[in-house]
Amino acid sequence: MAKVLVVTSGKGGVGKTTSTAALGAALAQAGQSVVVIDFDVGLRNLDLVMGAERRVVFDLINVVQGVAKLSQALIRDKRLENLWLIPASQTRDKDALTDEGVRRVINELKTKFDWILCDSPAGIERGATLAMRYADEAVIVTNPEVSSVRDSDRIIGMLDSKTAKAERGERVEKHLLVTRYDASRASRGEMLSIDDILEILATPLLGIIPESQDVLRASNVGCPVTLNNTTSAPSRAYMDAVRRLMGETVPMTVPVERKGLMNRLLRRRAA
Amino acid sequence: MMNLLRFIGGRSGSAPVARERLQILLAHERGVGGSGAPELLELLRSEILAVVSRHVDLDPEKVVVKMDRGKFVSMLEVDIEVPNALQRSKMVAAT
Repeated sequence: MAKVLVVTSGKGGVGKTTSTAALGAALAQAGQSVVVIDFDVGLRNLDLVMGAERRVVFDLINVVQGVAKLSQALIRDKRLENLWLIPASQTRDKDALTDEGVRRVINELKTKFDWILCDSPAGIERGATLAMRYADEAVIVTNPEVSSVRDSDRIIGMLDSKTAKAERGERVEKHLLVTRYDASRASRGEMLSIDDILEILATPLLGIIPESQDVLRASNVGCPVTLNNTTSAPSRAYMDAVRRLMGETVPMTVPVERKGLMNRLLRRRAA
Repeated sequence: MMNLLRFIGGRSGSAPVARERLQILLAHERGVGGSGAPELLELLRSEILAVVSRHVDLDPEKVVVKMDRGKFVSMLEVDIEVPNALQRSKMVAAT
Protein backbone atom coordinates (compact mmCIF):
# COMPACT_ATOMS: atom_id res chain seq x y z
CA MET A 1 0.00 0.00 0.00
CA ALA A 2 1.52 3.26 -1.13
CA LYS A 3 1.95 6.01 1.40
CA VAL A 4 1.70 9.68 0.59
CA LEU A 5 3.86 11.78 2.87
CA VAL A 6 3.98 15.57 2.84
CA VAL A 7 7.07 17.38 4.11
CA THR A 8 5.87 20.74 5.31
CA SER A 9 6.63 23.51 7.81
CA GLY A 10 4.89 26.80 7.14
CA LYS A 11 8.12 28.71 7.59
CA GLY A 12 10.70 28.85 4.82
CA GLY A 13 14.33 27.89 5.14
CA VAL A 14 13.92 25.31 7.89
CA GLY A 15 15.00 22.37 5.76
CA LYS A 16 11.95 20.97 3.96
CA THR A 17 13.70 20.35 0.67
CA THR A 18 16.87 19.02 2.28
CA SER A 19 14.76 16.72 4.44
CA THR A 20 12.62 15.55 1.51
CA ALA A 21 15.76 14.60 -0.42
CA ALA A 22 17.37 12.95 2.61
CA LEU A 23 14.27 11.02 3.68
CA GLY A 24 13.47 10.00 0.10
CA ALA A 25 16.99 8.73 -0.48
CA ALA A 26 17.09 6.96 2.89
CA LEU A 27 13.79 5.20 2.13
CA ALA A 28 15.18 4.14 -1.25
CA GLN A 29 18.40 2.99 0.43
CA ALA A 30 16.20 0.83 2.66
CA GLY A 31 14.84 -0.87 -0.46
CA GLN A 32 11.58 1.05 -0.91
CA SER A 33 10.53 2.50 -4.24
CA VAL A 34 10.22 6.23 -3.79
CA VAL A 35 9.16 9.28 -5.74
CA VAL A 36 9.77 12.79 -4.45
CA ILE A 37 7.61 15.58 -5.89
CA ASP A 38 8.50 19.25 -5.80
CA PHE A 39 5.37 21.34 -5.20
CA ASP A 40 7.18 24.66 -5.07
CA VAL A 41 5.93 26.01 -8.39
CA GLY A 42 7.99 28.94 -9.59
CA LEU A 43 10.80 28.35 -7.12
CA ARG A 44 11.78 24.76 -7.62
CA ASN A 45 14.87 23.53 -5.80
CA LEU A 46 14.44 19.84 -5.09
CA ASP A 47 15.99 19.07 -8.50
CA LEU A 48 19.05 21.12 -7.54
CA VAL A 49 19.45 19.54 -4.11
CA MET A 50 19.18 16.10 -5.72
CA GLY A 51 21.61 16.98 -8.50
CA ALA A 52 19.12 16.48 -11.31
CA GLU A 53 18.74 20.12 -12.39
CA ARG A 54 20.19 19.54 -15.85
CA ARG A 55 17.95 16.60 -16.59
CA VAL A 56 14.61 18.38 -16.22
CA VAL A 57 12.54 18.33 -19.39
CA PHE A 58 8.96 17.98 -18.21
CA ASP A 59 7.53 18.91 -14.83
CA LEU A 60 4.56 18.44 -12.55
CA ILE A 61 2.50 21.14 -14.27
CA ASN A 62 3.11 19.62 -17.69
CA VAL A 63 1.66 16.37 -16.36
CA VAL A 64 -1.27 18.06 -14.62
CA GLN A 65 -2.10 19.93 -17.83
CA GLY A 66 -1.76 16.81 -19.94
CA VAL A 67 1.18 18.12 -21.99
CA ALA A 68 3.41 15.27 -20.85
CA LYS A 69 2.78 11.80 -19.57
CA LEU A 70 3.73 10.98 -16.02
CA SER A 71 6.51 8.68 -17.20
CA GLN A 72 8.09 11.56 -19.12
CA ALA A 73 8.29 13.81 -16.06
CA LEU A 74 9.75 11.14 -13.81
CA ILE A 75 13.52 11.55 -13.47
CA ARG A 76 15.36 8.54 -12.15
CA ASP A 77 18.12 9.21 -9.65
CA LYS A 78 21.58 8.50 -11.01
CA ARG A 79 22.73 6.77 -7.84
CA LEU A 80 19.65 4.87 -6.68
CA GLU A 81 17.52 3.11 -9.25
CA ASN A 82 14.43 3.02 -7.03
CA LEU A 83 14.45 6.78 -6.35
CA TRP A 84 12.59 9.13 -8.70
CA LEU A 85 11.90 12.85 -8.89
CA ILE A 86 9.10 14.93 -10.35
CA PRO A 87 10.32 18.51 -10.58
CA ALA A 88 8.18 21.60 -10.16
CA SER A 89 7.69 24.03 -12.97
CA GLN A 90 9.81 27.15 -13.08
CA THR A 91 7.04 29.32 -14.54
CA ARG A 92 5.23 31.69 -12.27
CA ASP A 93 1.73 30.48 -12.94
CA LYS A 94 0.86 28.91 -9.61
CA ASP A 95 -2.79 28.45 -10.57
CA ALA A 96 -1.74 25.86 -13.11
CA LEU A 97 -1.81 23.32 -10.29
CA THR A 98 -5.33 22.11 -9.68
CA ASP A 99 -6.77 19.99 -6.94
CA GLU A 100 -8.15 17.53 -9.49
CA GLY A 101 -4.86 17.38 -11.41
CA VAL A 102 -2.86 16.71 -8.25
CA ARG A 103 -5.29 13.99 -7.20
CA ARG A 104 -4.97 12.29 -10.57
CA VAL A 105 -1.15 12.39 -10.52
CA ILE A 106 -0.92 11.08 -6.96
CA ASN A 107 -3.39 8.28 -7.63
CA GLU A 108 -1.36 7.18 -10.61
CA LEU A 109 1.87 7.33 -8.61
CA LYS A 110 0.26 5.21 -5.89
CA THR A 111 0.10 2.28 -8.30
CA LYS A 112 3.83 2.50 -9.00
CA PHE A 113 5.60 3.44 -5.77
CA ASP A 114 5.77 2.52 -2.09
CA TRP A 115 6.32 6.10 -0.99
CA ILE A 116 5.27 9.42 -2.48
CA LEU A 117 7.01 12.33 -0.78
CA CYS A 118 5.55 15.77 -1.43
CA ASP A 119 7.96 18.65 -0.83
CA SER A 120 5.71 21.54 0.19
CA PRO A 121 6.48 25.19 -0.57
CA ALA A 122 6.70 27.55 2.39
CA GLY A 123 3.64 29.51 3.40
CA ILE A 124 0.03 28.54 3.74
CA GLU A 125 -1.13 29.37 0.22
CA ARG A 126 -2.41 27.15 -2.55
CA GLY A 127 0.88 25.33 -3.21
CA ALA A 128 1.21 24.32 0.43
CA THR A 129 -2.41 23.22 0.74
CA LEU A 130 -2.20 21.19 -2.48
CA ALA A 131 1.02 19.52 -1.34
CA MET A 132 -0.70 18.28 1.83
CA ARG A 133 -4.11 17.73 0.24
CA TYR A 134 -3.85 13.96 -0.41
CA ALA A 135 -1.31 13.08 2.28
CA ASP A 136 -1.68 10.06 4.54
CA GLU A 137 1.14 11.23 6.77
CA ALA A 138 2.98 14.47 7.37
CA VAL A 139 6.49 15.34 8.44
CA ILE A 140 6.52 18.77 10.03
CA VAL A 141 10.01 20.24 9.83
CA THR A 142 10.76 22.59 12.71
CA ASN A 143 13.80 24.52 13.84
CA PRO A 144 14.28 25.12 17.57
CA GLU A 145 13.32 28.73 17.14
CA VAL A 146 10.14 30.61 18.10
CA SER A 147 8.90 31.64 14.66
CA SER A 148 9.38 28.17 13.24
CA VAL A 149 7.49 26.53 16.10
CA ARG A 150 4.66 28.98 15.76
CA ASP A 151 4.34 28.34 12.01
CA SER A 152 4.48 24.59 12.60
CA ASP A 153 1.54 24.92 14.93
CA ARG A 154 -0.38 26.70 12.19
CA ILE A 155 0.46 23.97 9.68
CA ILE A 156 -0.59 21.26 12.13
CA GLY A 157 -3.97 22.98 12.34
CA MET A 158 -4.25 22.91 8.55
CA LEU A 159 -3.30 19.23 8.39
CA ASP A 160 -6.18 18.55 10.77
CA SER A 161 -8.71 20.53 8.76
CA LYS A 162 -7.79 21.10 5.12
CA THR A 163 -6.62 17.69 3.94
CA ALA A 164 -8.80 15.19 2.09
CA LYS A 165 -8.32 12.77 4.98
CA ALA A 166 -9.46 15.34 7.54
CA GLU A 167 -12.53 16.10 5.45
CA ARG A 168 -13.44 12.40 5.53
CA GLY A 169 -13.19 12.50 9.31
CA GLU A 170 -9.85 10.64 9.34
CA ARG A 171 -6.53 11.85 10.67
CA VAL A 172 -3.31 12.59 8.84
CA GLU A 173 -0.60 10.94 10.89
CA LYS A 174 1.80 13.65 11.97
CA HIS A 175 5.50 13.45 12.76
CA LEU A 176 7.74 16.20 14.03
CA LEU A 177 11.25 16.47 12.62
CA VAL A 178 13.49 18.93 14.44
CA THR A 179 16.32 20.13 12.22
CA ARG A 180 19.41 22.27 12.80
CA TYR A 181 19.48 21.20 16.42
CA ASP A 182 22.50 22.15 18.47
CA ALA A 183 22.51 20.09 21.67
CA SER A 184 25.14 22.17 23.40
CA ARG A 185 23.31 25.43 22.78
CA ALA A 186 20.04 23.88 23.92
CA SER A 187 21.70 22.61 27.11
CA ARG A 188 23.00 26.10 27.79
CA GLY A 189 19.46 27.38 27.44
CA GLU A 190 20.23 29.39 24.31
CA MET A 191 17.94 27.37 22.12
CA LEU A 192 14.53 25.78 22.63
CA SER A 193 14.99 22.23 23.85
CA ILE A 194 13.33 19.19 22.31
CA ASP A 195 11.09 18.92 25.36
CA ASP A 196 10.00 22.55 24.96
CA ILE A 197 9.08 21.98 21.32
CA LEU A 198 7.26 18.72 21.99
CA GLU A 199 5.32 20.24 24.82
CA ILE A 200 4.19 23.17 22.71
CA LEU A 201 3.34 21.25 19.54
CA ALA A 202 2.10 18.00 21.16
CA THR A 203 3.14 16.00 18.10
CA PRO A 204 5.16 12.75 18.15
CA LEU A 205 8.85 13.18 17.42
CA LEU A 206 10.21 11.50 14.29
CA GLY A 207 13.81 12.58 14.64
CA ILE A 208 16.35 15.18 15.64
CA ILE A 209 18.71 16.30 12.91
CA PRO A 210 21.79 17.98 14.35
CA GLU A 211 23.15 21.19 12.88
CA SER A 212 25.99 20.04 10.65
CA GLN A 213 28.29 21.14 7.89
CA ASP A 214 27.54 17.89 6.11
CA VAL A 215 24.10 19.19 5.14
CA LEU A 216 25.51 22.17 3.25
CA ARG A 217 28.26 20.07 1.72
CA ALA A 218 25.69 17.62 0.38
CA SER A 219 23.51 20.30 -1.20
CA ASN A 220 26.60 21.93 -2.71
CA VAL A 221 27.33 18.80 -4.69
CA GLY A 222 23.69 17.95 -5.36
CA CYS A 223 23.43 14.77 -3.38
CA PRO A 224 20.98 13.88 -0.59
CA VAL A 225 22.94 13.96 2.67
CA THR A 226 22.09 10.32 3.43
CA LEU A 227 23.80 9.32 0.20
CA ASN A 228 26.67 11.76 0.25
CA ASN A 229 28.10 10.69 3.57
CA THR A 230 26.25 7.76 5.08
CA THR A 231 28.04 7.89 8.41
CA SER A 232 27.71 11.61 9.13
CA ALA A 233 25.60 12.67 12.09
CA PRO A 234 22.70 14.09 10.04
CA SER A 235 22.68 10.99 7.80
CA ARG A 236 22.37 8.68 10.76
CA ALA A 237 19.60 10.86 12.18
CA TYR A 238 17.67 10.80 8.89
CA MET A 239 18.14 7.05 8.58
CA ASP A 240 16.79 6.52 12.11
CA ALA A 241 13.82 8.74 11.21
CA VAL A 242 13.13 6.60 8.16
CA ARG A 243 13.21 3.42 10.22
CA ARG A 244 10.61 4.98 12.49
CA LEU A 245 8.53 5.94 9.46
CA MET A 246 8.61 2.29 8.41
CA GLY A 247 7.27 1.27 11.80
CA GLU A 248 10.43 0.27 13.66
CA THR A 249 11.04 1.36 17.22
CA VAL A 250 14.37 3.13 17.34
CA PRO A 251 15.66 4.83 20.50
CA MET A 252 15.74 8.60 20.09
CA THR A 253 19.23 10.03 20.23
CA VAL A 254 20.89 13.13 18.93
CA PRO A 255 23.68 11.82 16.74
CA VAL A 256 26.84 13.81 17.27
CA GLU A 257 29.71 14.50 14.95
CA ARG A 258 32.56 12.08 15.37
CA LYS A 259 35.27 14.57 16.12
CA GLY A 260 38.87 14.06 15.24
CA LEU A 261 41.61 14.51 17.77
CA MET A 262 42.39 18.03 16.63
CA ASN A 263 38.80 19.17 16.96
CA ARG A 264 38.49 17.58 20.34
CA LEU A 265 41.60 19.34 21.59
CA LEU A 266 40.41 22.65 20.20
CA ARG A 267 37.00 22.24 21.73
CA ARG A 268 38.46 21.39 25.11
CA ARG A 269 40.56 24.48 25.01
CA ALA A 270 37.59 26.59 23.99
CA ALA A 271 35.53 25.21 26.83
CA MET B 1 44.02 13.05 10.31
CA MET B 2 41.52 14.13 7.68
CA ASN B 3 40.35 16.85 10.00
CA LEU B 4 43.87 17.97 10.63
CA LEU B 5 44.66 18.10 6.91
CA ARG B 6 41.50 20.02 6.22
CA PHE B 7 42.34 22.34 9.07
CA ILE B 8 45.77 23.12 7.65
CA GLY B 9 44.84 23.04 3.99
CA GLY B 10 42.13 25.63 4.36
CA ARG B 11 38.78 25.39 2.59
CA SER B 12 39.01 23.14 -0.40
CA GLY B 13 35.49 21.82 0.17
CA SER B 14 32.40 21.52 -1.90
CA ALA B 15 31.75 25.21 -2.54
CA PRO B 16 33.52 25.27 -5.94
CA VAL B 17 31.23 22.48 -7.10
CA ALA B 18 28.22 24.43 -5.89
CA ARG B 19 29.44 27.54 -7.68
CA GLU B 20 29.90 25.75 -10.97
CA ARG B 21 26.53 24.00 -10.79
CA LEU B 22 24.78 27.28 -10.07
CA GLN B 23 26.57 29.13 -12.87
CA ILE B 24 25.50 26.55 -15.43
CA LEU B 25 21.95 26.45 -14.14
CA LEU B 26 21.50 30.18 -13.89
CA ALA B 27 22.99 30.87 -17.31
CA HIS B 28 20.18 28.69 -18.58
CA GLU B 29 17.45 30.09 -16.40
CA ARG B 30 18.24 33.76 -16.17
CA GLY B 31 15.54 35.82 -17.76
CA VAL B 32 13.10 32.93 -17.72
CA GLY B 33 11.29 34.68 -14.93
CA GLY B 34 12.16 38.13 -16.19
CA SER B 35 10.46 40.23 -18.82
CA GLY B 36 10.52 40.47 -22.57
CA ALA B 37 12.45 38.38 -25.05
CA PRO B 38 14.03 35.83 -22.71
CA GLU B 39 10.57 34.66 -21.74
CA LEU B 40 9.86 34.00 -25.40
CA LEU B 41 12.66 31.43 -25.45
CA GLU B 42 11.17 29.59 -22.52
CA LEU B 43 7.75 29.68 -24.16
CA LEU B 44 9.20 28.33 -27.41
CA ARG B 45 11.01 25.61 -25.55
CA SER B 46 7.92 24.36 -23.73
CA GLU B 47 5.65 24.58 -26.80
CA ILE B 48 8.14 22.83 -29.09
CA LEU B 49 8.50 20.00 -26.60
CA ALA B 50 4.73 19.81 -26.21
CA VAL B 51 4.17 19.54 -29.97
CA VAL B 52 6.91 16.97 -30.46
CA SER B 53 5.71 14.88 -27.53
CA ARG B 54 2.27 14.72 -29.10
CA HIS B 55 3.74 12.64 -31.90
CA VAL B 56 6.81 11.04 -30.41
CA ASP B 57 7.21 9.26 -27.11
CA LEU B 58 9.91 11.60 -25.84
CA ASP B 59 12.49 10.15 -23.54
CA PRO B 60 13.62 13.01 -21.28
CA GLU B 61 17.12 11.50 -21.29
CA LYS B 62 17.27 11.99 -25.07
CA VAL B 63 16.32 15.63 -25.12
CA VAL B 64 18.92 18.37 -24.86
CA VAL B 65 17.81 21.97 -24.72
CA LYS B 66 20.32 24.77 -24.80
CA MET B 67 19.65 28.46 -24.58
CA ASP B 68 22.27 31.05 -25.37
CA ARG B 69 21.55 34.69 -24.89
CA GLY B 70 23.65 37.13 -26.81
CA LYS B 71 23.48 40.88 -27.01
CA PHE B 72 21.64 41.02 -30.31
CA VAL B 73 20.48 37.47 -30.92
CA SER B 74 19.63 34.60 -28.68
CA MET B 75 19.72 30.99 -29.67
CA LEU B 76 17.47 28.15 -28.71
CA GLU B 77 18.85 24.75 -29.56
CA VAL B 78 16.56 21.77 -29.16
CA ASP B 79 18.19 18.44 -29.79
CA ILE B 80 15.75 15.55 -29.76
CA GLU B 81 16.66 11.98 -30.40
CA VAL B 82 13.79 10.26 -32.23
CA PRO B 83 13.72 6.46 -32.30
CA ASN B 84 13.31 4.99 -35.78
CA ALA B 85 10.98 2.17 -36.85
CA LEU B 86 8.24 1.91 -34.26
CA GLN B 87 7.88 5.55 -33.44
CA ARG B 88 7.84 6.62 -37.07
CA SER B 89 4.84 4.46 -37.85
CA LYS B 90 3.15 6.13 -34.92
CA MET B 91 3.95 9.51 -36.42
CA VAL B 92 2.54 8.58 -39.81
CA ALA B 93 -0.60 7.34 -38.12
CA ALA B 94 -0.95 10.63 -36.36
CA THR B 95 -0.68 12.78 -39.49
